[in-house]
Amino acid sequence: MSIQNEVSVEKDEQKNALTDFEFERKDSNLIMAYIGFSIVAIFLGATAGFFQMMQRAGWIELPNWLTYYQLLTAHGVLLALVFTTFFIAGYFYSGVIRTLDGKLTPLERNLGWIGFYLMLIGSLGATYLILTNEGTVLYTFYAPMQASPWFYVSLALLIVGSWFGAAGIFAAYIRWRKNHKNETSPLFAYMAVATLILWIHASLAVAISVVVLLIPWSFGFVDRVNVTLTRVLFWYFGHALVYFWLLPAYVYWYVNIPQLIGGKIFSNSLPRLTFILLILFSVPVGLHHQLTEPGIESFWKFLQVVLTMAVVVPSLITAFSIIATFELTGRSRGGKGLFGWVAKLPWKDARFFATVLGMFMFIPGGAGGIINSSYQLNQMVHNTWWVTGHFHLTFATAVILTFFAISYWLIPVLTNRVFTKNLNRLAIVQAILWTSGMLLMGGVMHFAGLEGAPRRSAYSTYGDHELGLTWISYSQVIAVGAVILFIAILLVLYIWMNLLFFAPKSEKTIEYPIGVINERAEEPPRILERWSVWIAVSIALSVIAYAVPIYQLIVNNDPGSLPFRSW
Amino acid sequence: MFHMPKFEKIWLAIGSGSLVIFLLITGMMAISMGLNPPDGMETTIEPEQVESSAPFNNPGLEKIGKNEYVATITSFVFGYDPNTITVPEGSTVHFQVTSKDVMHGFHIPGTPTNLMLTPGHITEYTQTFNEPGEYLFVCHEYCGIGHEMMFGKIIVEETI
Repeated sequence: MSIQNEVSVEKDEQKNALTDFEFERKDSNLIMAYIGFSIVAIFLGATAGFFQMMQRAGWIELPNWLTYYQLLTAHGVLLALVFTTFFIAGYFYSGVIRTLDGKLTPLERNLGWIGFYLMLIGSLGATYLILTNEGTVLYTFYAPMQASPWFYVSLALLIVGSWFGAAGIFAAYIRWRKNHKNETSPLFAYMAVATLILWIHASLAVAISVVVLLIPWSFGFVDRVNVTLTRVLFWYFGHALVYFWLLPAYVYWYVNIPQLIGGKIFSNSLPRLTFILLILFSVPVGLHHQLTEPGIESFWKFLQVVLTMAVVVPSLITAFSIIATFELTGRSRGGKGLFGWVAKLPWKDARFFATVLGMFMFIPGGAGGIINSSYQLNQMVHNTWWVTGHFHLTFATAVILTFFAISYWLIPVLTNRVFTKNLNRLAIVQAILWTSGMLLMGGVMHFAGLEGAPRRSAYSTYGDHELGLTWISYSQVIAVGAVILFIAILLVLYIWMNLLFFAPKSEKTIEYPIGVINERAEEPPRILERWSVWIAVSIALSVIAYAVPIYQLIVNNDPGSLPFRSW
Repeated sequence: MFHMPKFEKIWLAIGSGSLVIFLLITGMMAISMGLNPPDGMETTIEPEQVESSAPFNNPGLEKIGKNEYVATITSFVFGYDPNTITVPEGSTVHFQVTSKDVMHGFHIPGTPTNLMLTPGHITEYTQTFNEPGEYLFVCHEYCGIGHEMMFGKIIVEETI
């Protein structure tokens, strides 16, 4: 008997059979550690973003011990690298424990803790160096600007720590497979494993860049560094990084949301296919971040543009599956006619509402992404504010709103405190504020970018040039968005503090929502669980896309660059 | 193997079909019209010494034909040499630009001239200026504390 039938039978016969799951204390401590530190990181990172935007709009002057670029570095490192990695680790551990026999073995848990502490040391080290102006090189740390060697060491610890965290999850998955021969793995665990395979593949490249090229250079063991090579290795990782943020949001959309809204997972195969396609097409695409730079031949840039666009297919499958789940749920609750089911969805539940706002914003965000990676069109927007606008709609809106929604049930499951009606109402207001703030900020950044306003630049009128003055006007509208967002981050912090410390304790166990698979869904093909095949294909595609350009960079007489500290 | 509802097949067919058409158009523009993003496979001597040998020992504008120019520009923290270029309207300018120190950018807003400047490499791009006016160009890659003060001008003069 297949796993999904077992689950649906349990659910049908005994309505609460799935809801009385509780984490063991040792496991929930691990999850809580990851989620807890991610809250610290997002608050600090968002605060840095707020002051940074106030400076760029010309509304405040920063004190002489703190520069715009320090704030920008903190904003990027704390949000793009620290917050995400911690939150995703916590969320993945929770769902993996929940779906893989309910608890971790001591080995798996210890791997999780080693990962946590390595990442913690790395994050604190990097933050300290940014605050002391020793690492003002932004989160992309492009050479030959050279930060303190300890900045690179800190980043390496963050990455290596995440590998230990991933190892704990792999170990749990392997243990489950051993104990459940010939069964299809639970969807949550499958997706977590897929995402972490992608993460390890991609982050190996940036680890090589940091450990082999940048650390010896920053300690002065070698004089020069091949700048383009470090950039290519960074972007080998960098674009997969954005899918590493997005895939956990997809996990929530596919697996948890159906249960929250009283529906079922639409298909057991297509979500797995989606994740496999994303493993394949997230790495051999990084050159689309480097379309306008020398040292890389046009042919390889174009090839990677084609591979980049392949991501459209899993995105379309996801859009269809998620909306199908919503429609079936709405209809099962009595929704009639073409759109009657929409009204039947739980719009007053922040765990649903915030996510759907995020999904909507992902549509213009994704469309903008296609423009960014469109070979020639990229020249109109590359390194302008358009790009910043793009990932503030996709990542900072779609993904982050989804993460907020996850936190509204995950923290209660861990603390056994109730997400009360009042907190839910606040969370709905928060989601609306967040979306409006991001629309104002991310939306207007797109227009400013089309006018040529550069990203990553402090307040400047460019010698009172007409265009420079126009950009300042745009900055001020964007800064209004930043103010709204800062209020929204304070609001979500208030909700979290309540869920952590003050909300009333629940008498019943709070449910960890894991969707049940639609009984009409077919058993997924076995090949989807043969990881060695997909890892091999993924490596092969990356070799095809990257071998020649990297070889050319190494033999192309690059004179190498001495270090500079220009901040 | 993968059961898909009919509507999902139609949905995916339309999506993937338009993607293929889109990529074909982009590809044909690249191959038949030569519309490729800026690049350049030439390397230089050590970036901090580029000014000691050609072509960057003599940065500036050189006329190579009727309405055709080569603009040789170096970038550094925090400026360009030269930082003002004057050409008559209708001029075609072949840019060749490099960096003497860190990564810089060279973007002329409103045009597709959007270049990354990597130390040790020469970035090349050709742009025709048909409209007279004062074009700003800016550094759009973070290069240090004075990044936002790094810009220059291209003055395209009206011809009578």
